[in-house]
Amino acid sequence: MNSQQKFRQSQGGLIDRSRPLNFTFNNQSYQGYYGDTLASALLANGVRVISRSFKFHRPRGVFSSGVEEPNALLKVDFGSGTIPLASATTLPLVDNLSAQSENCFPSVNFDLGRFLDYTRPLWPAGFYNKTFKWPSWHTYEWAFRKTAGLTRLPDDQDQTQYRQMNRHCDLLIVGMGQAGLNAAIQAADQGRDVLIVEKDVLPGGSLLFDEMEIDGQASRDWITGIFQELTDRENVQLLLSSTAVGYYDHNVITVHDCSAKYRSKNALETFWKVRADQVILATGAIEQPLIFANNDLPGIMLAGAMREYHQRYAVKCGTTVVGVANNDFGWRSMFSLKEAGIKVPLIIDSRTDVDEGLSAKADEHGIEVQLGSVPLKAKGSRCVKLLEYLTSKQDKKDVKCDAIAVSGGLNPTVHLYSQAGGKLRFDNALACFVPDHCRQNVSVVGAANGEFTGLGDCNVSTRQPAPMSKNSQWVDLLHDVTVSDIELAVQENYVSVEHMKRYTTTGMAVDQGKTSNLNALSLLASSLSKSPGEVGTTTYRPNFIPVTMGAISGNRKGELYIPTRHLSAHNWHHDRGAVFDDYGGWRRPAYYGKERDSSILKEVDLVRHAVGLFDASPLGKIEVKGPDAGKFLNRIYVNNIQSLKVGAIRYGLMLNENGIVIDDGVCVRLEEDHYLLHTTSSNAERIVSWLEEWHQCEWPHLNLVICPVTTQWAVLNVAGPGSRETLQGLEGMVDLSSMNLPHMGFQSASFKSGLPYRIQRVSFTGELSYELAIPAKAATEYFSLIMDLGEPLGIGLFGIEALLNLRIEKGFFHVGVDTDGTTNPYDLGFETIVQNQQDDFIGARSLKRSADCDQDRRQFVGLKIDGNGSGVKAGAHLVTNNKNPISEGFLTSAWQSPIVGCTIGLGTINGGLQRMGEKIFIYDDKKISTATIVDRCFYDPKGGRMHE
Amino acid sequence: MLRIDCPYCGIRDEVEFRYGGESHLSRPQPEVDDVQWSDYLFNRKNTKGVFFERWCHSYGCGQWFNVARNTVTHEILKTYVMGEPKPEIKQ
Repeated sequence: MNSQQKFRQSQGGLIDRSRPLNFTFNNQSYQGYYGDTLASALLANGVRVISRSFKFHRPRGVFSSGVEEPNALLKVDFGSGTIPLASATTLPLVDNLSAQSENCFPSVNFDLGRFLDYTRPLWPAGFYNKTFKWPSWHTYEWAFRKTAGLTRLPDDQDQTQYRQMNRHCDLLIVGMGQAGLNAAIQAADQGRDVLIVEKDVLPGGSLLFDEMEIDGQASRDWITGIFQELTDRENVQLLLSSTAVGYYDHNVITVHDCSAKYRSKNALETFWKVRADQVILATGAIEQPLIFANNDLPGIMLAGAMREYHQRYAVKCGTTVVGVANNDFGWRSMFSLKEAGIKVPLIIDSRTDVDEGLSAKADEHGIEVQLGSVPLKAKGSRCVKLLEYLTSKQDKKDVKCDAIAVSGGLNPTVHLYSQAGGKLRFDNALACFVPDHCRQNVSVVGAANGEFTGLGDCNVSTRQPAPMSKNSQWVDLLHDVTVSDIELAVQENYVSVEHMKRYTTTGMAVDQGKTSNLNALSLLASSLSKSPGEVGTTTYRPNFIPVTMGAISGNRKGELYIPTRHLSAHNWHHDRGAVFDDYGGWRRPAYYGKERDSSILKEVDLVRHAVGLFDASPLGKIEVKGPDAGKFLNRIYVNNIQSLKVGAIRYGLMLNENGIVIDDGVCVRLEEDHYLLHTTSSNAERIVSWLEEWHQCEWPHLNLVICPVTTQWAVLNVAGPGSRETLQGLEGMVDLSSMNLPHMGFQSASFKSGLPYRIQRVSFTGELSYELAIPAKAATEYFSLIMDLGEPLGIGLFGIEALLNLRIEKGFFHVGVDTDGTTNPYDLGFETIVQNQQDDFIGARSLKRSADCDQDRRQFVGLKIDGNGSGVKAGAHLVTNNKNPISEGFLTSAWQSPIVGCTIGLGTINGGLQRMGEKIFIYDDKKISTATIVDRCFYDPKGGRMHE
Repeated sequence: MLRIDCPYCGIRDEVEFRYGGESHLSRPQPEVDDVQWSDYLFNRKNTKGVFFERWCHSYGCGQWFNVARNTVTHEILKTYVMGEPKPEIKQ
């Protein structure tokens, strides 16, 4: 045994002394054993002060031995990445672990932040609402931001892997204590599919330290036996180190499985989503503290925790321990400590009457007992040295000690039950909340259901604070909330439990009030002369304990965050120098070449003067077929679709019921009852859903089917003066003369090879342009073919950036860029189309509202921008008065156009259509440019080049 | 996470579906006044208790259907195909 571990006992415990582990704490080296938690190892080495409290930087030590720990939150690293605020009481010790105290400077033993404690009257609950206002909050803000918070985010890489698992089962049992294990074996015998989860690394629950005889066996042996039995059963799955953290609708429970987390390499966390037919909660109970002055000193711990440190980890939490209790459970812990060889001079209990057997046992152990006695004040600086108390005769006495074991009763762990919608009721005899009824299929067993064995009488009147210095009596250790804070809340009329919680911040920290909520609401109740049952609890919400963010996101990060779609000809584009970017979920070539701006300029020039080739495959394509297809589409589009001739194309606008433009695109009449719709690439799926919704919900009697074909067809857009000649070279291509295929015309046929194709003559660039649609699998082959055919004409590839700039020159708006959630067809200049439609369409009624026809609405215009337009960005405001700017609209697109000879833009501005020629300012966070409102089309306004 | 009984596919998890708000809404004739039209566009019931709503089995059969759900307890009392009238639910 290592002589450095002064407080380690030479025998006993469930630790493995043959496996010593090294660790450092605040850069000092220590040793512990396999089976220790970080907290038990620190206690074994006699480390008392391990952290500084949140608000007042008071020295704190380990308080508990479980998830309820409010003090021992340390920054930890054992090789898988830094973990801030790790709970030392539940973290298994790992070899070469390093731990640091947080929230202290320069060190945990000497912290300058303590000045806040010495000036405590300045910082009551809610002080920030009443002070630090003059001259303005911002004068002080920087100081608060620096001191606030408990930790800093780690900046190293997280090496832990995360995975998620789904599980359905007949029965989920939470907790492997006595009650949970019994329930498991019963269900296993019935042949049910059972999943049982336990947050600790070992099964047994409180039996691990509160030993008793079960079925004639020592509890340790009983646990081993039943655990082995369950492991052997095929219909039982057992998960250790797995905490059930959230309970959701229809019996879904999430479980955070850390069984492979505590290792320096290949650390893994698993997040289980369990759907159980039935749930049994065997979640036990948490011991509660008692309140007296300086009850937060290092060395003051929950009695059951001291017992667990001794029984399970062979660690003494002090040499001279005083017991402060109001129930029998606390006494049993004191007896256990005495039997371990620790000095126990005194037990004080606020009850005036206790069980005879208990008093006799205290006698046997030579422990002095003071009944009807309450603790007043603990004294000490870095560690408790003395306890002042009041005897039943109202005499003040004191007793020397280096540790105080507090036991204020047990509180059932009802978090999951409450999350499930379970209602609680206050049990006066047990002085705690117990489960009452729940709408979901869940039951509660054991201590969690208030079935405490050997607790004795423990009533609420024994949980009152000491009759003195209220602002040193700590209720919530983590958030540094005192009794006086709660009384202040009541004084200021924050009397609902939800208000008291938020005003004082009780129970709002990492521990979520596991050792403070019950005391807090008991205090609230007594100050309002109510019972705790009348005051009630605050709402329990997931998660029961902190869960790593990574466990929840699983591997949905980096490249797996959103599925990316690639073009059929992706590799072909890549080999030709494509620089890809994300466009509406697709990876598409932004431009081709090394340097962005010069490449884009080259591509734009290519389209205007020679011929360009563009991959338009993600363009949304939807076929609608049936006798009522035309009738249906007439209601979907603003335009009249039924009057379209077979083989003809019409540009269409789609609105929502509020009259707002949601999409645009060309519509082709393939046959009498067969149409092909095109949507913007990013709306391809959304419009299919839109059509289905209207058909299924509003007009199910219309006879038609809707079929999305976006990814079936690759679309090659050939644009430029040389486009006709290029495409005519394909064997089996139809006659592309204007006679046979005019602008906005459509044909379908097959190539000589037999491959079917569709060709439409539409233009988004403003040049002569064709969209050739072929089965997607042939994309690469035809891209190569067309490049060969166009070589003598100087063909080149162009990307999205060039396309978007070319269309600016033509004043073609891009839905979602130049339009927003307020743009209606009138704003885009589509009055005629709307007036021409006699029949009803989606959005028609909304367009009749006077506000929709208002001439002062933001209208779509062109802008001629002065200067070289450097730094002019889409999104800038359009204003009339640059000294006192009021936004009248926005610049939505801009581009320095070589062919127009200046920087041009598109935008929307109030009453824009009546303001042609007006000079305005473009305002971008104090960068100001000037521009003139002009017609949106800057190039070939008559469209002659498209109609060639 | 709710378990929803799709009338076409059977019981599935909530993640397969898309919510569609209040059901049994009647699209008014174009002749209604602005107030009535606005009511149809923007006003919806916010029932505490049994609520009749639409769901779409987006990651399944793609069909819209109706659900009677208690908005307080999330109990799903009935699912029925689109177009069927509001069922009688005993509260």
